[in-house]
Amino acid sequence: MTHFRYEILRTMRNRLFYAITLGLPLVLFYGVASGQRHATFHGTAFPLYFMTAMAVYGAMYAVVAPGARIARDRSRGWLRQLRITPLRARTDFAAKVAAAYLLALPTLVLLFLAGASLGVRLGASHWLELAGLLLVGLVPFVVMGFILGYLIPVDALAAALGGVVVLFALFGGVFGFQLATSGPLFDVMKGLPSYWLVQAGKTVLGGGGWPAEAWIVIAAWVVVLIPVAALAYRRSASRA
Amino acid sequence: MSAATDTGLGVRLSGLAKSYGPVRAVRGVDLVIAPGETVALLGPNGAGKTTTIDMMVGLTRPDEGRVSIFGVPPAAAVRDGYVGAMLQTGSPLDHLRVRELVALMASYYPHPLPVDDVLRITGADEFAGQWTTKLSGGQAQRVRFAAALVGDPDLLLLDEPTAGIDVEGRRDFWQAMRAVTERGKTVVFATHYLEEADAYADRIVLIARGEIVADGPATEIKAQAGARSIRATLPGVDVAALSALPGVRSAQRHGDAVLLSCANSDAALVALLAAFPGARDIEVTGGSLEEAFLELTAAGEEAGRQTTEAAR
Repeated sequence: MTHFRYEILRTMRNRLFYAITLGLPLVLFYGVASGQRHATFHGTAFPLYFMTAMAVYGAMYAVVAPGARIARDRSRGWLRQLRITPLRARTDFAAKVAAAYLLALPTLVLLFLAGASLGVRLGASHWLELAGLLLVGLVPFVVMGFILGYLIPVDALAAALGGVVVLFALFGGVFGFQLATSGPLFDVMKGLPSYWLVQAGKTVLGGGGWPAEAWIVIAAWVVVLIPVAALAYRRSASRA
Repeated sequence: MSAATDTGLGVRLSGLAKSYGPVRAVRGVDLVIAPGETVALLGPNGAGKTTTIDMMVGLTRPDEGRVSIFGVPPAAAVRDGYVGAMLQTGSPLDHLRVRELVALMASYYPHPLPVDDVLRITGADEFAGQWTTKLSGGQAQRVRFAAALVGDPDLLLLDEPTAGIDVEGRRDFWQAMRAVTERGKTVVFATHYLEEADAYADRIVLIARGEIVADGPATEIKAQAGARSIRATLPGVDVAALSALPGVRSAQRHGDAVLLSCANSDAALVALLAAFPGARDIEVTGGSLEEAFLELTAAGEEAGRQTTEAAR
């Protein structure tokens, strides 16, 4: 429990990082969506679409953040120090995941409020459903943060984390345009968790939640990534 | 103190070996450490001290051999909070203050010491409110010591705990260590400072090239090496000629003074006076730990071949 508390504390004390995960998507949202309040985008009101997209963007940064901490701790030799205390690895993971989500939550809330200020209207259950879908859909990114944190040297990590988020954002349609609406590229996009995250706003309005395809894509990413993360953890443990 | 130490099992390393590619870092280490003992692992850089310690705490898996800590494997001892360690590389966690870091470490252990006591013993109380990233080398070392200590482990492993610390800092550190060992802890520390091993360990385990080359109290190790040295004032004599004398292992010159490290000081003295009657101010002294160290760690490496290098 103390470990969890300090994990949160260390996250919060990285103020600049916190400000960026909260502030950047908010600035982008107002900058782009203010002028397009009444536009529609692939059949969805643009503010709803872009609000969801920016919430996803900020939250992706928030949930890969433990990776940055892992890499720093690793480079300082602290992970070795932790491994000779009674702290269990799974307690450490759980605390880091919880801290990641605690960081992502304010981003979602803030973007939802911003969306509402530009005319996004959803019923209470729809807001909750949207938040729920986003939190579930972020799981693969949490795991990606862990993998990069254990594998990438600390001085290359910011670029690696940023690069991964931007790539998934771009192909997922986070930046307000879709690279394709049919063909092989579109098939690739539909294989990404970020695509379905961005679609969550539209999905909620349509009712009935994500199609099975979305659940399969997200589950598949998690199933593939978790063994990779376990491998990365063991590799860094045996080497560092 | 605890059930595990009552059984008197201590720490046991048997046939421990580890290679990194072609480099055989540790080649067959057998060691038994009794509960409450303070043991120095003394050896030059690259002797295998760190690898041995890493295997003792389970950070490195041995290729061969076994480690048992208070009767259980390292992983179990670590999990139950019997082990505290100060590793060579562990710099304190960032975004925390000193007191918070020590409290965090305490929270991992089943029966930690009071955080304030530990801060006081280690002298870290003076900067308990400081950010861990804003510490001097000496302060960071105290924090790492406090972090290793706060869980009140029965076995304390310290890998070069005073590396890079000034003389005063080292003395403070060992004073604090004394206070701790009085509580009956088993302590293993690695060092390449002879005087530390001599002054603070009950027993010295001398490691060279991945093997134990000597094991015992400091006095015994000095005797085991049997090194004595001869000092004399002898201007204008070639060091190589002195090295070639019977009984002499190596020779050094410092201005007009020469220093002969001897395998057999009696033979060397007779030969010296026969060959160089002009030698004055002759002193024959018992081996220092340093000489024993050099002799024992160089043994097996063609000690004779070392002469010219030592003379340089």
